[in-house]
Amino acid sequence: MNSMINESSSATTLRDNADVAKVLGRTYSAGFITDIEMTGLPPGLDEGTVRAISAIKGEPEWMTEWRLQAFHHWLTMPQPDWAKVKLDPIDYQAISYYAAPKAKPKSLDEVDPALLETYEKLGVPLHERAALAGVAVDAVFDSVSVGTTFRKQLAEAGVLFCSMSEAIREYPEIVRKYLGSVVPGGDNFFAALNSAVFSDGSFVFIPKGVRCPMELSTYFRINAQNTGQFERTLIVAEEGAHVSYLEGCTAPKRDENQLHAAVVELVALEGAQIKYSTVQNWYPGDENGVGGIYNFVTKRGDCRGDDSKICWTQVETGSAITWKYPSVVLRGDRAVGEFYSVALTHHFQQADTGTKMIHLGKHTKSKIVSKGISAGRSSNSYRGLVKMEKSAEGARNYTQCDSLLIGKKCGAHTFPYMEVKNPTAIVEHEATTSKISDDQMFYCRARGIGEEDAVSMIVDGFCKQVFRELPMEFAVEAKKLLEVSLEGAVG
Amino acid sequence: MLKIENLHARVAGKEILKGLDLSINAGEVHAIMGPNGAGKSTLGNVLCGRDGYEVTDGTVSYNGMDLLTMAPEARAATGVFLAFQYPVEIPGVNNTYFLRAALNAQRKTRGEKELDSMQFLKLVREKLKVMQISDELLHRAVNEGFSGGEKKRNEIFQMAVLEPKLAILDETDSGLDIDALKQVAQGVNTLRSPDRAFLMITHYQRLLDYVVPDFVHVLADGRIVESGDKSLALKLEEHGYAGLAERHPAGVGA
Repeated sequence: MNSMINESSSATTLRDNADVAKVLGRTYSAGFITDIEMTGLPPGLDEGTVRAISAIKGEPEWMTEWRLQAFHHWLTMPQPDWAKVKLDPIDYQAISYYAAPKAKPKSLDEVDPALLETYEKLGVPLHERAALAGVAVDAVFDSVSVGTTFRKQLAEAGVLFCSMSEAIREYPEIVRKYLGSVVPGGDNFFAALNSAVFSDGSFVFIPKGVRCPMELSTYFRINAQNTGQFERTLIVAEEGAHVSYLEGCTAPKRDENQLHAAVVELVALEGAQIKYSTVQNWYPGDENGVGGIYNFVTKRGDCRGDDSKICWTQVETGSAITWKYPSVVLRGDRAVGEFYSVALTHHFQQADTGTKMIHLGKHTKSKIVSKGISAGRSSNSYRGLVKMEKSAEGARNYTQCDSLLIGKKCGAHTFPYMEVKNPTAIVEHEATTSKISDDQMFYCRARGIGEEDAVSMIVDGFCKQVFRELPMEFAVEAKKLLEVSLEGAVG
Repeated sequence: MLKIENLHARVAGKEILKGLDLSINAGEVHAIMGPNGAGKSTLGNVLCGRDGYEVTDGTVSYNGMDLLTMAPEARAATGVFLAFQYPVEIPGVNNTYFLRAALNAQRKTRGEKELDSMQFLKLVREKLKVMQISDELLHRAVNEGFSGGEKKRNEIFQMAVLEPKLAILDETDSGLDIDALKQVAQGVNTLRSPDRAFLMITHYQRLLDYVVPDFVHVLADGRIVESGDKSLALKLEEHGYAGLAERHPAGVGA
C-alpha cells in the first residue's frame, strides 16, 4: 500500500489598510429573523425524543426502529476531534431537535404569508408564477418542508420531488430500499445523530431513462433559536436518468452557535448522472467570531452502476465551522466522480473540507478541484482521500488543490491522503498556495480598478474553474456571494 | 500638465529621490535616463501612488491637482497611466474582461457612461490597429503565460484603449528584441498627440531612435542632473554614465 500524508501551512501578508475596512459596512444580508408561531420539542435528547419526532411525522414502525438503532449506536460513539478546527463542547441536551411553524399547510396556497415573505426576501419566491424559471424548489424551514414548487410538471415526467417526510409516507418502498444504503445509520458520529433525529429534507427519484426536465433545488433555512437542523436528503437516479440539483442555505444572525448536521445520499445506477451543487451561506458568525452555524455534514454519492457519474460542486462561504467531505464511491466500472469546491473563510471562520474518492470499479475516473480562500483570522483546510482499491484496474485520479491567502493572520492547510492498492491506477496531485500580491493589487489599481473590485476580480479568477461547473444562474449568485463575504477583507 | 518640485521619496527607509524637479507639458515626450539605482523606476511608482513609496518632501501638481494625495485608481481615472516594467499576471481573469473593467471603472469615476460589451468590442477592434496583438492573447488570462515581448505589447495595447493623458513607460524597451522594440515604438508613436504627454524611463538610447523625445533628462542619485534634447542621449551613449558622476558629484546637483 502506498500512502502519503502531507501538510503544508502558510500565512503571508498583504498590507494593512484600516480605512478600507471601515468604509465597508455591508454585512450578512440573510441574517433576519422571521416572527412566526412555532411548535416544537423542548431541548433534550433521549429515546423519547427520537420516538416523538417519528410520531409527529406519522412514520411507520420500521422507520422508528431505524432511527432508534442509529440513536443507540450514536450513544456509543465519541464526538470526533480529528478535524483541524477548534470548537467549544456541544451540549446535545441543550438543543431542541424539532421546530416547525404551527400552521400545517396542505398546499403552497395555504402557506403562511410570513414564510412566503421570508423566502421572497432570500430571493427564492415560492409562488410558481414568480418562481425561478426552470427551477423547482423545495423550501425547508427549520425542521420541516414548507412547500415544493412545480410538483405537477415534474410528476408528469415521472420525477418524484417532495419532502423526505412525505416520501416516507407516500413512497415507503423506495425510501426503505435506499435510505442508509450510502450513509449507514452508524456511519459516523454526526451521521448517526442525524439518522436518529432527522426531521425533513428533500427526496428525489428519477426513474429509468428520464432526464429531469428542470433544475431541482432545496432551500434550507434555520430560523428558530436553540434548535439544530438535521435534514436528510436522498436522491436516486435509476438507469440512464439525469438530474441536476442545487441546495442553498441561510440562517439568522444569532450570538450562540447552532448545529446543522445533515446527511445527503446519492445513488446513481447504470449510466445515471447526478450533479449536486451547493451554495452554502449559513450565518458565519460576526467579525469577532461570535455565533454562527456549526455545519457538520455527511454527503456521499454511490456510483452503483457502470458508466454512472456523480459530480459535487460546492461554494462554501458561510458557517462558523464547516466540516464536510462530499464523497463518491466509484463502484461501477468506468464510473466518474467529480468534486469542485470553493471554500471561503473570513474573520474567525474555520473550514475543514474536501472529498473522498473511493475507486472500486475498473477504469473509474475521479477529478478533484479545490480552491480555498482564507481572509481575516480564518483557517481553511483541504482534507481529501483518494483510495484505489485492489479491484480498481486502470483507475485514474487527478487532484488540484489551490489556496489563496488574503492578509497575514489567516492559515491554509492541505491534507491529501492517497491509498493505492492497484499498481495500474494513476493518482496525480497538484497543489499551490498563493496570496493576492501587492503587485497584483497595484496593477489593478494603477489601471483604475478600486481595491475591493480588484480583490473580487482576482478571487473570481482564482475560482473560475469551479464556477464554470455551477448552473448558470447560480454561478452569478456564487460570485456575488463571494464579493459580499470578502468585503473588508483588504484590511 | 505635470509639475514636480523638490520631490523627496523613501523606499524601505532609504532615501531614493532627493529633490527632483521636472515639468512636462501636454504633447511633449520626455525621456528619463540614468544609471541603475538612480531612482528612475521609483519616480514612476511615486507618480502612480504605489504603496511603500513614501514621499517625504516636495509637490507634484498634475493639471492643477495635488497628485500625491490621490489613490492610485483615482490617478488612473484622471489619465495617469503606468506601463509596467514587469507586467503582473492575474490567473483566471480574462485579458479583455480586465481591460473593460478598468476602462469602465475609470469612466465611472469621471462621470462618463460605461461601455457595454458591444461598444467595448468595437473600441478594441479599433485599437488593435495601434498595437497588433493576437486574438488568442486577448482571450487568455491577464499576462498569464505571455512572453516578455507579449507582456510589453499588451501594456501598450492597454494604453491605447485607456487613452491616458500622461503615460509613464517604465523600461518598456527592456528585454525586447529589435522587432518587438519597433512594434512597441510604433504603438507609442501612433498615440502621440497634442493633448497627451509621455514620460519614458529607459536605460538605453536605442528606444529613442524609434520614439524621438522632445527632451532628455539624466537622473542620477535622486535628482535630474542634466537636461537637453535628443543629442544628450547620444552623448550619454558615447561617454556612459561614468562621465556623468565626474561632472555632477553627488549632492551638488545640476
